[in-house]
Amino acid sequence: MHVQMLMFFVLAALAIGGAVNLIVQRHPIHSSLSLIVVMVALAGEYLLLGSEFIAAVQIIVYAGAIMVLFVFVIMLLNAGVEERTHASRMAQYVGLPMAVLLVVELVWSIRRGSAALPVQVSGTVSTSQLATLLFRGFVFPFELTSVLILVAIIGALVLAKREP
Amino acid sequence: MVPVSYFLMLSAALFGLGVVGFVFKRNIITLFMCIELMLNAVNLAFIAFSRMLGQLDGQVFVFFVIVVAAAEAAVGLAIVILIARNRKSLNVERVDSMKL
Amino acid sequence: MNALFAAHPLVLVSLVKIIVLLLLLMTALAYLTWFERKVVAHIQARWGPYRVGPHGLLQPVADGIKFLFKEDLSPAGADKFVFVLAPFLTFSLAISTIALIPFGPMDITIFGQRTPLQVANVSIGLLFLFALSSIGVYGVALAGWASNSKYSLLGGLRSTAQMVSYELTLTLSVVGVLLMAGTLNFREIIEAQGGSAWGFLHWNLFARPFPQLLGFICFFTAAIAETNRLPFDLPEAEGELGAGFHTEYSSFKFAMFFIGEYSSMVTVSCLATILFFGGWLSPFPVAHNWSWTLYIPAAGFIIAGVAILAYGVRYSTIFGRILMPVVGLAVAGLGALFLRPEAIEFVQGPFWFLLKVAIFLFIYVWVRGTLPRFRYDQLMALGWKVLFPLALANVILTSLAVAARP
Repeated sequence: MHVQMLMFFVLAALAIGGAVNLIVQRHPIHSSLSLIVVMVALAGEYLLLGSEFIAAVQIIVYAGAIMVLFVFVIMLLNAGVEERTHASRMAQYVGLPMAVLLVVELVWSIRRGSAALPVQVSGTVSTSQLATLLFRGFVFPFELTSVLILVAIIGALVLAKREP
Repeated sequence: MVPVSYFLMLSAALFGLGVVGFVFKRNIITLFMCIELMLNAVNLAFIAFSRMLGQLDGQVFVFFVIVVAAAEAAVGLAIVILIARNRKSLNVERVDSMKL
Repeated sequence: MNALFAAHPLVLVSLVKIIVLLLLLMTALAYLTWFERKVVAHIQARWGPYRVGPHGLLQPVADGIKFLFKEDLSPAGADKFVFVLAPFLTFSLAISTIALIPFGPMDITIFGQRTPLQVANVSIGLLFLFALSSIGVYGVALAGWASNSKYSLLGGLRSTAQMVSYELTLTLSVVGVLLMAGTLNFREIIEAQGGSAWGFLHWNLFARPFPQLLGFICFFTAAIAETNRLPFDLPEAEGELGAGFHTEYSSFKFAMFFIGEYSSMVTVSCLATILFFGGWLSPFPVAHNWSWTLYIPAAGFIIAGVAILAYGVRYSTIFGRILMPVVGLAVAGLGALFLRPEAIEFVQGPFWFLLKVAIFLFIYVWVRGTLPRFRYDQLMALGWKVLFPLALANVILTSLAVAARP
């Protein structure tokens, strides 16, 4: 549909623009703001794909909590503008062509295989369907992630504590 | 209806940009952010495939990826704070020797 | 005009609703500042704004003009882009959350299109509201950082940590309501509280299977902390940290922070009425021998209008003697308008909703005028060690009660 294609391209342009800005900006706070823009654009893409719960979770958790943590640490450590050193120029000459090659290869293989992809289902996913699958089929990984979060909390506390 | 391959190409482009950023940048926190960008690109691919196949397993997996990214960000940033405290610099090239 | 609306119905009708809502919201926020100053002043045994118009009613207008004409400074060495972005982010996100709130059950007709009294009826409305307010945290953090001053930075960091901590309790305390209603949509949550035989006893605060009293207390306390109001406003308190994260802001940008804070107060009050107090439902049962309660909005407005009229004709200044009777006549006229047969059904929902929101705003201001300020470590201890376990206990008890229901 016309409106959906337009929305897709607007959000894709926002996401790509944000990602390019992340790389181009020299101060980490501007990079983090660009990454927040990318995440919100991706949440819009998830909405286009019909998964409204994951879009909301992406904004609440990823853009609203994880990135706040990043911004917090940048402000605490008083991170400044990045310096240009010799080794970083070296990485450009080798790294950039490799990365471009990676993207070209991925896009080429997607285009080549896109004729065989089945037609997309439409409509939105209800939260209760997702919750049923999560708490019935995937209950063991779910409980495991709660242990993971506990371990992460303890680890972060122990690591960042100042020695008295 | 937007074809699924468009979403996959966007995901590939974002992943590639994440790799480019990871190679270019020298600030540890910015490197971390490029990793998060790559994880986001993979999330988009998961959701696109999940909608294409009509199964919800992809979305549950995205849920877990977000949770693991949160835990990883917490511990990783604690390590970054330690490095900044010990090395007095956030440049990843200063953290290049095994002994302190 | 009708043909234009018929061609693109959704967009244009939404545009009209947005414009009307924005105008009403801005006026309401301006007079909320007047209301707060008057109430806090009366709590402190003084008059408050009294001279600018009768009883200070034109004070918000004067404040608005002042904000427009003040000099707009920005500190040296501040990051220009982020400095401007921060108040804009706070303001725009706080205002956008009102778009999700339903004001009444019945549809209205705009230019021939039937449309609900809500700008966006999202099926996961509650989750989106929390998403918008969780990005609002950035306004505070970036404001503190971009001001290039240590007081602002400290205030910004403290405020961010406080908002993130209480956001957890805020979202957890509504899970009980969601378990009982089974949906994230605001309209359906209100309709689930609409058992007509009991009136207000069927609101979520008192409802079977588990009254959400604990959830409401956790929610409202977390909401006061989330909106950085007294008693939780240490990061922005005057005299503590030199006004905290918005020290360096002046004129319009400061006004944007101010409006953003009041707007999030209004949003949280609307949320509290929708989730715990029945939204637009009347506290009286909807039965035949209770049908006299349908005339309460009209009666209330007419009595208030006549009272303002009678008080205004004997006011001390000439301007007051003209303005206040006009205001009184307008209010009484509105009340008489509500007596018309086609309006009487329609006005019930919005009247009760706005009345409850006004009561919550009054409680907000009342708490501000009465309680002392928390120290920062007491604040964080309260959030993590008291409210979060209480909200968790509420979730566990509610889910046990819901699961035990036959």
